[in-house]
Amino acid sequence: MSRSRRDIAWIPTFAVLVAFAVPWPLWGVDLTVAGLPVWIWWHVAWLGLCTVLFSLFVRSGAWERGMGRRPESGAGSALGGDRR
Amino acid sequence: MTLGLSLGIVVGYLLFALAVGLVAYRVSETTAEDYYLASRSIGTVVLLFTTFATLLSAFTFFGGPNLAFAAGPEWLIVMGTLDGVLFAVLWYVIGYKQWLIGDRNGYVTLGEMLGDRFGSVGLRALVAGVSLLWLFPYVMLQQMGAGEALVGLTDGVVPYWGGAALVTAFMILYVVLAGMRGVAWTDTVQGLFMLSVVWIAAVWVVSAVGGAGAATGAMLDARPDFGSFGGGIYTPGFIISTAITIAFGVTMFPQINQRFFVANSGETLKRSFVLWPVLVLLLFLPAFMLGAWAVGMPVDVPEGANVLPVVLNEYTPAWFAALVVAGAMAAMMSSSDSMLLSGSSYFTRDVYRPVINADASERREAWVARIGVAVFALLAFVASLFRPGTLIEVGDTAFSGFALLALPVLCALYWDRTTRTGMIAGVLVPQIAYLAVVLSAVVGDVPTLPRTVAGGWDVALGLMVLSALLTVSVSLVTARTADSDASRFAVTGD
Repeated sequence: MSRSRRDIAWIPTFAVLVAFAVPWPLWGVDLTVAGLPVWIWWHVAWLGLCTVLFSLFVRSGAWERGMGRRPESGAGSALGGDRR
Repeated sequence: MTLGLSLGIVVGYLLFALAVGLVAYRVSETTAEDYYLASRSIGTVVLLFTTFATLLSAFTFFGGPNLAFAAGPEWLIVMGTLDGVLFAVLWYVIGYKQWLIGDRNGYVTLGEMLGDRFGSVGLRALVAGVSLLWLFPYVMLQQMGAGEALVGLTDGVVPYWGGAALVTAFMILYVVLAGMRGVAWTDTVQGLFMLSVVWIAAVWVVSAVGGAGAATGAMLDARPDFGSFGGGIYTPGFIISTAITIAFGVTMFPQINQRFFVANSGETLKRSFVLWPVLVLLLFLPAFMLGAWAVGMPVDVPEGANVLPVVLNEYTPAWFAALVVAGAMAAMMSSSDSMLLSGSSYFTRDVYRPVINADASERREAWVARIGVAVFALLAFVASLFRPGTLIEVGDTAFSGFALLALPVLCALYWDRTTRTGMIAGVLVPQIAYLAVVLSAVVGDVPTLPRTVAGGWDVALGLMVLSALLTVSVSLVTARTADSDASRFAVTGD
């Protein structure tokens, strides 16, 4: 139960990932860092973060649980012994 | 001499792509499932790149840099957000769910899936019809992009219609000869090719102008407003509504949606999902920055030409510029092929067979599909000659049209209480309203209805909300029909 409750946290996480892929806090900022406007760096870093978190989402097994399925074992998922 | 070389490279590359498709065709079986879905046997790399290359169309490749050139590099943020993040989330929410359902019930098209769930041939044909309608401007967009690309590459020696005709001819040839397997394989080759070539181009151009810092400096000297985030056309309303309509629209594109059925395992979808944001960024960053940097370069972009080929012509050798344009045209061709192929399966499976001729032989159906593709591509070619808008405008129209399908489909996927009448109302009413908006701009005698309101908010976004409200409310007041079967969409248990 606690596992699926923790899975709920992915919904706001995805919402934040989508919402702040646009660098809203830097609206109107015109600073240039390392050859590019700083808000472009925000976006680059953010998409990197997305890939990291997406891979966490997949590896934790939340990918299957989100569709009401059991993660297949052996797919690199850290299931632990608490499934039974 | 250089002109001959450039054209030789372009045509040679297109022929090469055709050869890859033919080889793939030779190894394929001749069943419909293989022709359209490559027997659901597509692995991670191929799935990833075939989806990627499908997005890698004239819209991203020429339209994107053009917009960054005209309005600023914020386009990178818009496209990165919608494609890299929002689409990835939808890839899971819509795509994985569809894969699970399709895997159980053997569906090939979206219309087939919905028609079976709601026991309605009408809904099936409606979804297919709506999809084909919006596919038309998007195929046209590829022809416009190719026409403009060759004008830019050859300084106008090859006329606009020539490039558009060339890509149309290859498109038809390709789809008629290959199938999903062929398309998937060339997409992979082209995805990898374009990704490498666009980086080489960026490094080449940037080193020629003295580094990224100097390029950005020159850009800011020419257009100081490009440095700050937002401003000009990039209002919050524009950014949000463009990102939402395009990302949802992309999931309902026949060629993308059909990709949700082709993966060989759930693992394939997972891996693609994880790699997606980075892959998208790798393509968009150099392509769109080149477009934005071009404002600070001493290049002259003729009216109606694409920025990217002009910049490449200026800073890289002619053969390299030709190679990039060839790669882009081939990518557009394979995008169009995927579209035409999916479109033809929508037409034959969801309209022709269930509505027009239920007893057609397989042979006859195959002919109808091929003739349909040729007619569709030729009509789009004729329409592309009128150049009804910029690449971004035409693309956006198509994306929004598809986006209106997404929320009713989401309802059907996740809410058992959805009814057939609810689906039909949720699909049909917003489509009619949006079509009226689009056509009012084309037909001269009626007042043009606004496409955006209150500072860049797209009316299509409002119509998306309407589609969801209609689907839910009409479903609540109507009863489920006897033919509908919510268990068709169940994915748990065995």
